[in-house]
Amino acid sequence: MEDVAFRAPASPGQSRGEARTGGEAALRGKIAIWWFLASEIMLFGGLITSFVLARLGGAAGTHEPLNVTVAAVNTFVLLTSSYTMVEAFAAAEHGNRPGMRFFLAVTVLAGLGFLGLKVYEYSGEIAHGFTPGRGGFWSFYYTMTGLHALHVLIGVVVNSALLVMAGAAIRRPYRVELAGLYWHFVDIVWIFLFPLLYLT
Amino acid sequence: MTPALATAAAPPHQAAGFWRTYVVSTDHKTIAKQYLTLGLVMALIGGYLAYVMRWQLAYPDTSVPGFGFVGPETYNTLVTMHGTIMVFFVAMPILLGTFGNFLIPLMIGARDMAFPKLNALSFWLLATGSLVLVVSFFVPGGAAAAGWTGYPPLSARAEYTGVEWGLNLWLLAHAIEFAAFLLGGVNFLTTAITMRAHGLTPGRLPLMIWQLLTASVLFLLSVGPLIAGAIMLLMDRIAGTGFFLPDRGGEPLLWQHLFWFFGHPEVYVVLLPPLGAVLEVLSVFSRKPIFGYRLIIGGTLAAGALSFIVWAHHMFVSGMDPRLAMPFSITTILISVPFALIMFAMIATLWRGSIRFETPMLWALGFVAMFITGGLTGIFNGSAPADIYIANTYFVVAHFHYTLFAAVFFGGFAGLYFWYPKMFGRMLGDRLGPLHFWLTLVFFNLTFFPMHWLGLAGMVRRIADPTQYEMLVPYQYLNVFVTVSSLGLIVAQGIFLLNFFLSLVRGRMAPANPWQAATLEWTTSSPPPHGNWGPALPEVERGAYDYSFPGAAQDWLPQRRLAVPAIAGGQE
Amino acid sequence: MLLSWLPENVSSFGRDVDGILSLIFVVTLAWFIVTIGTFLVFVIRYRRREGQPAAHVTGERWREAAWIVLPCVLVLVLDFWIDFRGAPVWAKIKVDRPETDLVIRVTAKQFTWLVTYPGPDGRFDTDDDRTFMDEIHVPAGKPVQLSLQSQDVIHSFFLPNLRLKQDVLPGRTIFAWLDAGKPGKYELPCAQLCGFGHSGMKGWLFVHEAGDYERWVKEQWPGGRS
Ligand code: HEA
Ligand code: HEA
Ligand code: CUA
Ligand SMILES: [Cu+2]
Repeated sequence: MEDVAFRAPASPGQSRGEARTGGEAALRGKIAIWWFLASEIMLFGGLITSFVLARLGGAAGTHEPLNVTVAAVNTFVLLTSSYTMVEAFAAAEHGNRPGMRFFLAVTVLAGLGFLGLKVYEYSGEIAHGFTPGRGGFWSFYYTMTGLHALHVLIGVVVNSALLVMAGAAIRRPYRVELAGLYWHFVDIVWIFLFPLLYLT
Repeated sequence: MTPALATAAAPPHQAAGFWRTYVVSTDHKTIAKQYLTLGLVMALIGGYLAYVMRWQLAYPDTSVPGFGFVGPETYNTLVTMHGTIMVFFVAMPILLGTFGNFLIPLMIGARDMAFPKLNALSFWLLATGSLVLVVSFFVPGGAAAAGWTGYPPLSARAEYTGVEWGLNLWLLAHAIEFAAFLLGGVNFLTTAITMRAHGLTPGRLPLMIWQLLTASVLFLLSVGPLIAGAIMLLMDRIAGTGFFLPDRGGEPLLWQHLFWFFGHPEVYVVLLPPLGAVLEVLSVFSRKPIFGYRLIIGGTLAAGALSFIVWAHHMFVSGMDPRLAMPFSITTILISVPFALIMFAMIATLWRGSIRFETPMLWALGFVAMFITGGLTGIFNGSAPADIYIANTYFVVAHFHYTLFAAVFFGGFAGLYFWYPKMFGRMLGDRLGPLHFWLTLVFFNLTFFPMHWLGLAGMVRRIADPTQYEMLVPYQYLNVFVTVSSLGLIVAQGIFLLNFFLSLVRGRMAPANPWQAATLEWTTSSPPPHGNWGPALPEVERGAYDYSFPGAAQDWLPQRRLAVPAIAGGQE
Repeated sequence: MLLSWLPENVSSFGRDVDGILSLIFVVTLAWFIVTIGTFLVFVIRYRRREGQPAAHVTGERWREAAWIVLPCVLVLVLDFWIDFRGAPVWAKIKVDRPETDLVIRVTAKQFTWLVTYPGPDGRFDTDDDRTFMDEIHVPAGKPVQLSLQSQDVIHSFFLPNLRLKQDVLPGRTIFAWLDAGKPGKYELPCAQLCGFGHSGMKGWLFVHEAGDYERWVKEQWPGGRS
């Protein structure tokens, strides 16, 4: 029913028998992801710049009761998940289905763990009265970490989808790679947020 | 999946039924038409709002025929929604959505976009966003009323405008629209980078493609900060944060920086696609190569890059540190150089041409004259000391209608009259076309030129009743004149609608290449079949503008390599 | 042509603003005539005629490209000329504010201008402050500073006759200055959308001869020392 047939050899490059690893499709996917991430960088860049400027302007206030320990653990969790994501892709490339499923599962769990800890942090802060309406710093804190958490959640959903449809992912390992690119990006954003929000 | 290809070329899936063919189709040509329909419908709403606004300005506090009484609250809603709709829901869908989707695959010799399903998703997201925006007229409190620029604190607290949900929905509609064009832009770029026909090197790409791609890049790189800003504003409104509210430790100017960091590149996002269309049309109808193909590309890229460092020219008198003004003033005025280059190149393309005044060409020529006028008034705004007087007056309103209207309508119509045969298989009435053009040209100038004078006389923007100001009372005749002219302008667009629909059913059947044009899309039938090219993909052997080549048999040499061996494209 | 549409200028720096406006007007009008003129000549001269095919000119060679590149150099030079002439005017109005005897606080709120004078003691927020609605009184020929504030949203302080415009922001104080030469009554519209009362939010600037101004001050502060 779909018009796949029409789309296939869109450029001469494709007829060179790379179909198994999805040469052309992988390339397209990668270009698309990179452009997408470029605009994501501008999105978080806009927020971070606003925060830094507000901070320099002295408007942003303190971050006293933030739970640095939990956040440090969370940083570790997220970094680990980046590593397992790399392993998942390696396994997928080698056609190692159980390995890929294992590492994807760990990545998903780490993502969920991150979100769980984040919720724990939020509830503690809100219990102490530090709600988003508290002013300068807290506006930024909740918006930036919340938007980041939303990105983590999307990553978890994507990775879970790959996990469930493992057969398709083994046939087109580049999909794992693309999900990985996104996942690393989410990780890197946190690497910026953590010191900015918790340590300075 | 590849081997089956050659056989699948024959009749497209006619059996697919209405739903699959017109509604959830993933064919880029259908999606382009969907964008066009959406843009037309929204243009009617935007034009209707302009009419109500103009009536109120000429005859304040009288009942507007077809609307009723306009109070000051309603007036603010009218301005806001007129600007928002025209820029985001008319210009973007028609210029990027329609032209981008229709032309990118056809001009680069591809069968569809790189991600057809994502493409359909983009359109339906935009349709949802438009629906949200239209619905916002009917929620309690009415639609957004804080200007299309939505400056906080006015936009951040319901009690300042009396608009509660209208503004939240306004923000939501933007968020959806940005997601739609973000995905669309990713699709455009991926398609153009990976799916070009064999031999179609960057140096042979039609300028329309260059302009569409530059516009997409500008959009992708500039929209992030505004999405961030929109999230922050929405948080301020519903979660009680204080990003833009001074009494909660926030900073109102932050929004203006985020908005205009996007806003200035955005006006070029709107400008570049019609600029590209005009370049194509100028070359075809003067039967000459584009003058300075590579210079134009360079100029476009330079203008695009510069557009990221001029944003504060919207903020000269905003209260930002006054020492920042001159640096931004200098970059702003500097941007006249690449645009001068492009305009000079357009004029030079006419030199020693053999100009045919068909309808698309009339619009293209109209674009050149109107855009130069609007661009030059941009220099008044761009000079910080001059802008002290001009900012927020009707001079600015005149400036941006000369640029925006030139882009969206003159450039847009040039493209539409030019590619309509390819889109719909029929010519777009060539008798009503020139009438539509001349009436639009005359009434456009009568409508918007006097606004310069009103602005210089001190008339500020976004006021519902000019007669409240003693200094403006002597100039009220101009407001009446403008309103009467704008009625002519709006009625003239009725001719277009009539022409458009009549031509759909009664228009002359279009041959594959009605204009003897050289680019790839004219080598397939009008309209192109499903999959665009039959069994073999086109290959390209020359640049896009080889018109009047000395010694050639005809006065154009198609880009496409003709007499291809029957095997091309589909074989393994 | 351009300046005749402007309201009468009565401020010391207004002439400089008008000068920049006319400079830009001359430059852009010249380019308008040159570009649109050439354009029209080409359109008419090169319309399609039998037996006169178009020329194959690509503009890619330098000899040809120079026809469009060299004018761009001229555009560049004129751009810098506009900046060069504009910068001192901007600095004069917005950056280098003069010291003045009189500072008036103007507080915008939906939808009025509250104008506060420090009174005889010369200090704000004391008992002898007096606040007027939508009326500013200043002496002619003397520089006056304005301390601009807003209580709610952004407004814009616009005196067309003085070529002065400055947005007013909540949460901070912005200073502006003026020096009105000619006594009279000048309209003061709000130039930034500020809500449903934006249209019609306006005040008046009263410029008095020195003696009249003294008399006005006496009336307002009968017991005042100065
Ligand atoms: C398609 C839309 C479009 C385009 C192309 C432009 C193009 C330009 N705009 Fe415009 N602008 C808007 C849409 C657009 N603008 C809108 C919508 C607003 C209002 C937003 C709002 O507040 O609601 C606005 C407002 C606006 C302002 C803010 C005014 C204010 O609020 O106070 C400024 C200030 O610098 C400005 C400047 C410019 C400049 C310098 C250009 C340049 O790109 C123009 C360059 C072109 C030329 C100069 C012509 C060709 C050159 C020659 C013929 C050579 C000779 C030239 C010289 C010697 C200088 N614009
Ligand atoms: C693309 C942008 C665009 C277009 C085309 C227009 C078109 C018109 N505009 Fe608008 N305008 C803006 C963008 C645009 N405007 C913006 C951004 C603002 C600022 C808002 C703000 O301050 O917040 C503004 C503000 C604005 C004001 C200032 C209000 C104020 O400050 O108080 C006025 C006043 O006269 C005005 C009038 C008009 C008129 C009479 C038209 C007429 O030209 C309308 C004629 C058009 C139609 C009748 C549409 C029907 C057309 C078709 C059906 C054809 C379909 C077309 C194709 C397929 C290509 N506009
Ligand atoms: Cu106050 Cu407009
Ligand atoms: Cu701009």
